[in-house]
Amino acid sequence: MDRFEYIEARLFEGENYLKRDRNVKIYDGDDKTQFTDGEVVLTTHRILWGKPGDIPKGLVVLSLHLYYVFCIEEESGGVFGLGGPKRILLHLGPALPGKRPGPAVASPFHFVKFSFKDGIDQIFYKALTDAVTAKAWERSTSIASPISAASPNATPKPSVTPVNSKIRSGIVGIERSIEEQHRATDQSISVAFQDLRKLMEKAKDMVAISKNISTKIRDKQGDISEDDTVRFKAYLMSLGIDDPVTRDAFRSDSDYYLGLAQQISDMMIAVLMDCGGIMSLADVWCRVNRARGLELISPEDLLNACKLLQTIGAPMSLRKFPSGACVLQLNSHQDEEVARTTSEMIEENGYLTPVKLSQIANVSVLLARERLFTTERLGMACRDESIEGLAFYPNLFLREA
Amino acid sequence: MADITWPWQYNFPPFFTIQQHSETRAKQLEAWQQLISEYLKATKQSTIDIRETQNSVLFNNAEINRKLSQEAILTILEDMAKTGRAAPMDKSRNVWEVYWHSLDEWGNLVYNWACNNGMNNSVCTLFELREGENTVDQEFHGLDMSVLLKALKNLELKGKCELMEFDDSQGVKFF
Repeated sequence: MDRFEYIEARLFEGENYLKRDRNVKIYDGDDKTQFTDGEVVLTTHRILWGKPGDIPKGLVVLSLHLYYVFCIEEESGGVFGLGGPKRILLHLGPALPGKRPGPAVASPFHFVKFSFKDGIDQIFYKALTDAVTAKAWERSTSIASPISAASPNATPKPSVTPVNSKIRSGIVGIERSIEEQHRATDQSISVAFQDLRKLMEKAKDMVAISKNISTKIRDKQGDISEDDTVRFKAYLMSLGIDDPVTRDAFRSDSDYYLGLAQQISDMMIAVLMDCGGIMSLADVWCRVNRARGLELISPEDLLNACKLLQTIGAPMSLRKFPSGACVLQLNSHQDEEVARTTSEMIEENGYLTPVKLSQIANVSVLLARERLFTTERLGMACRDESIEGLAFYPNLFLREA
Repeated sequence: MADITWPWQYNFPPFFTIQQHSETRAKQLEAWQQLISEYLKATKQSTIDIRETQNSVLFNNAEINRKLSQEAILTILEDMAKTGRAAPMDKSRNVWEVYWHSLDEWGNLVYNWACNNGMNNSVCTLFELREGENTVDQEFHGLDMSVLLKALKNLELKGKCELMEFDDSQGVKFF
């Protein structure tokens, strides 16, 4: 309600009459007001409300400038929404300073309602939405000199501009300034990235140059003093450019993985033999990375490399158990062999739990479990699930029968 | 309570877990079915209510602290049903009738007894069959009424006897 102003019912310059309606009540938000049974005139710039007959006479009436309106809704009257929409709900932007005094100084609501006793005239509603979207007040350079709506020939009274030039922009102005800010940020970001892109382009050259230089240094070991070499290397190091043997050195991923697979095969063979021929992929990953020291590989790279172990004819292969556990397994380490040794161990101990087997066979619990499952799958053990956990016994069912 | 000789499996913990390996599982189920039949025979029972099995000695070996779960019992009984050695009594499959002889076998037993005792073409009540002095040494003596009835109906279908209703009891006439 605080967006309304008291003003004489005259049209501004460039303002045009659009539509009128009667029996209109104003609500401040959800609250009733004293402004009932009035007449409404819609112009391209404003909504005027006055007692019947006041507006044509040019008396002081209520005026709501349309630039406050940013959303229009229809609201059905009555509890059950019967009888079609009766109210127009206008969501309003904040009141601008410098506006003329209105019926209310402050209002807790950010919307007002116009209640039409005879239902909303769809033509009126359409005209209102059109007027709000058209934003006629932006086009008119000056809305300072009002001309009388009732008698166009009356001398224009000097009147205070309802809004000064800065405020005139209203919501739109605010939106514009925000937009401008966005644009500025955008620009600065793209400038920043331009720099980065240039750096990236140059980085390749830098690497090439540094390699070039380092080979030259190596070739002419004698010509350049030890001191210089060290210093130069230090420079390169500080640039973060060494002589890395990484996946960049390979033309394609598959080459890289093949190389990696070969490396894994070479280094893991001894380890696997120590560990009973089988090792979970997580352990393998730790071992490999510990051996590499720097230039660590990702689990994914390891997995991809391990998948290629068979193609390079390595004496080990990647194995996925039905449970989903992945292991690296020596080729000599076949299921039958595993089952046989495991069943022997079960025999010796009477029964085995995965934990117990992992202690005896010096493997991880996960692998011990898989070994027991494998043994079971081959019918060489039988399970015992109880509250004490999972245990495996010699398969007496098959043996005794 | 029942003087039955427990098989070695009864003291073997894995016996109380349904096995995964198909061959092992088959052996295990077979052993269970035998045990159940024998136990019921020894205790003269013919129904199992799965909900009440958890404390039964049959499914609960306190010595080794192992218990056959209800699902496992259901698995075993369903397997028995496939060979006609058990049948569910209710839709929820909680109460099962277990036949330590198949219904056919029961029918034949009764019929043979009738023939051997010259009961052909004569009528005897079901009470006589179950509780009569003449049948004391027969296996079907004291047999569960519903099982006996089913066996006799089976026999009736083959035309070897005829069931008849008296005032408050049922009788059967052998041919």
